[in-house]
Amino acid sequence: MSDVTASHRWKIEKGLSGDFIFKAVTVLFAFSILVILMLMLYEMVSQSLPSLRKFGGHFITGMEWDAVQENFGALPFIYGSVVSSILALLLATPLAVGTALFITEIAPRRLGGFAASLVELLAAIPSVIYGLWGILIMTPWLQQTVQPLLQKYLGFLPFFDGPAYGVSMLAGVLILMIMVVPIITSITKEVLMAVPRSQREAAIALGATRWEMIRMAVLPYGKSGILGAVILGLGRAIGETMAVTMVIGNNPQISLSLFSPAYTMPSVIANEFAEASSPLHSAALMNIGLLLLVITLIINALARLLLWSMSRGAARGTKL
Amino acid sequence: MNSKVKLDDLNVHFGGTHAVKGVTIDFPANSVTAIIGPSGCGKSTVLRAINRMHDMTPGARVSGRILLDETDIYGRGVDPVAIRRRIGMVFQKPNPFPAMSIHDNVIAGYKLNGRMRRDEADEIVETSLQRVALWDEVKDRLKSNAMELSGGQQQRLCIARTIAVRPDVILMDEPASALDPISTLKIEELIEELKERYTIIIVTHNMQQAARVSDVTAFFYLGELIECDVTKKIFTTPDRKQTEDYITGRFG
Amino acid sequence: MNVMTSIDRSAAEQRNTMRSLPLRNTKNTIMTLLMGGALLAVLFPLGLIFVHIVKMGLSAISLDFFLHIPRPTGEVGGGMANGMVGSMVLIAMASLMGIPVGIFGAIYLSEYGGSRISTVIRFCADVLSGIPSIITGMVVYSMLVVPMKGFSALAGAFALALIMIPIVLRTTEEQLKMVPTSLREASLALGVPLWRTTLKVTLRSALTGVMTGILLAIARIAGETAPLLFTALGNQFWSSKLTQPIAALPLQIFSFAIAPYDDWHRLAWAGALVLVVTMFALSLTARYFGRSGHKN
Repeated sequence: MSDVTASHRWKIEKGLSGDFIFKAVTVLFAFSILVILMLMLYEMVSQSLPSLRKFGGHFITGMEWDAVQENFGALPFIYGSVVSSILALLLATPLAVGTALFITEIAPRRLGGFAASLVELLAAIPSVIYGLWGILIMTPWLQQTVQPLLQKYLGFLPFFDGPAYGVSMLAGVLILMIMVVPIITSITKEVLMAVPRSQREAAIALGATRWEMIRMAVLPYGKSGILGAVILGLGRAIGETMAVTMVIGNNPQISLSLFSPAYTMPSVIANEFAEASSPLHSAALMNIGLLLLVITLIINALARLLLWSMSRGAARGTKL
Repeated sequence: MNSKVKLDDLNVHFGGTHAVKGVTIDFPANSVTAIIGPSGCGKSTVLRAINRMHDMTPGARVSGRILLDETDIYGRGVDPVAIRRRIGMVFQKPNPFPAMSIHDNVIAGYKLNGRMRRDEADEIVETSLQRVALWDEVKDRLKSNAMELSGGQQQRLCIARTIAVRPDVILMDEPASALDPISTLKIEELIEELKERYTIIIVTHNMQQAARVSDVTAFFYLGELIECDVTKKIFTTPDRKQTEDYITGRFG
Repeated sequence: MNVMTSIDRSAAEQRNTMRSLPLRNTKNTIMTLLMGGALLAVLFPLGLIFVHIVKMGLSAISLDFFLHIPRPTGEVGGGMANGMVGSMVLIAMASLMGIPVGIFGAIYLSEYGGSRISTVIRFCADVLSGIPSIITGMVVYSMLVVPMKGFSALAGAFALALIMIPIVLRTTEEQLKMVPTSLREASLALGVPLWRTTLKVTLRSALTGVMTGILLAIARIAGETAPLLFTALGNQFWSSKLTQPIAALPLQIFSFAIAPYDDWHRLAWAGALVLVVTMFALSLTARYFGRSGHKN
């Protein structure tokens, strides 16, 4: 083979550019993310318009949900979603952070890894299965065992008042707690693992006990990341549909008692949307969807910003 | 000497940094030109400009002309891909494709661009490996993974891969800096042989190496070409004081 | 900060801390026990759920479950064959739509995108993956179901694809970023065009990691119920066209679980067992890929 002539086999002029087409495809698909997001917002707003026009701000404060009279107010659903999610978060956060700390800081590596993969697997269980367990196992147990006990000893409190149906705000809170714990745990674990070793060693070298090291070095460093994890869990809890729908009782009322059935925003959509009785009824459900979308967008944006700021800080920490 | 590659007022900017400043230089055909200078002097940047590697770096801007024979490689309508087939490059760290066998690494330039005939492939593999003096060491295990080779063998494999696509020019970016002395020696011997067929431009931080392998040496400092001349002259009687200071080890 | 100030403590104070060491150790022990307790408290209900699914599922599952479609109300027996096949059809179609978009989008982010626009897209993808899936269902309902005048497998698959895209995109991007630049340069320097380099060198090197991401995304959509409620709708029978409503395993589990018949509850448990085993198998395979990928 002769190199002198061979080299002129390649033409130097630009041909039809595969690179151009390829790049165009990637651009199109990458920007489809923005398009999808915009489209979702647009669809939800435009489909909610009849309800937005008719009820305006009263939609949020209205207590009535009457498909026959076409009078729609979403307050009971907002109340149900907010209260169930926040109570679930209050219960889940200490458990999740404690578990994540145990996995990263205390357990021997093997055990920690094993526990972490269990938690990870449990985070993958579909919502409908939690719902199945909730309605067939948990609610009967609540009705027959837990609620009578609570009533007997704490019945004087307004929170444990009224008859025990099983399906209730209490059931919704518990199932949500069980579901968000694995999510918060696994993100918190990632956050804690991003805390530089030097931080821990500095504390240990100064004679801190393991708990003091966690309190002085690990937690302060991971603060914003853990907060991000909790807020992300809140977003999950608020948007959670199937499991909650199956156990919360689906009754649009506002009651202090954890024993009374309640209703959440996703649940009413799940139950009524496919069979909405009138265009205004669907628009009102779309309006609830829009509220839910806006709330979760804000929550998720906030959580991501917190988590990103954490990982950027960690990256800087390891470079130094 | 007729020149193969010509740089005419080459400037490279990265964002706000002016990395290469108005470099004009000729690289003679079928000879070895060494580019030396302290780290950060822009020598690798110049090298990478010659096969348009900066096209991939966001924020990099190249101006001026680079002529390969008579073609401006930054001219309108010139395909950088075709340029890279005529101007090959060997990198500082050996970088064979980890998922490919030794055999496939040699013909990677063809394989990645489509299929090729089996007998033609075998012929190219054998010639290329012989030319880098690797054939006898690997002919019995052409199908094994390229990562099983030693660092020096990997680097020779990378050179074989480069010459397999029959370039005119080979750019080498400190090709021996990650290797042990014996492997380095082999690479240097190889460069000596390769210059019969190819024009070689080598960046090195090792002045002895430049003195050993090159015909012409160019000294760069702070992004500027200070002096370019026959290697012997650069290392004995350079014209410029900065060059003399550098080669005698007074700075850099 | 607290750690730093302890350096400045006087000798007397240091003796003081030494004296309180038993107290500090007790506190340490208590907190350690609390953290271990948290782990147990988390794993206990989850373990309970798992035990129930296995116990109830195994007692209800039979060959019939895999071969038959649900019987009419009141009749004993029947299975969820149409639901399982329906789920597979939906997943296959969603993958066909979602995986290419995710992968090519990721290629843009890691290989082409300017840093600012990439950050915006990345952020939107993260936010998108946090949107409740029931909203995705509503959007697809008004985008596809209303214009096409009917619930359909197509609409269901599209909703699932929308959920898949951000997951595949983000995991693929992470994997592509881990491919060393030197490999890309090696290929480019041989005169291989960027697009071929990206497909045959960059993506090829990241393949195991990308597979992990795809499997996790599939595991996620396999269990999704809410987005199918107003799109695929579900079907008591076999469906023969993609423009018809189609059954899906999670939808069947849902409607059987909330029905007041014991026999249907048994079927729901059997369905749950099948779904959980499938998801665990997917997760474990993904993990296996992930691990072998890291070794390379």
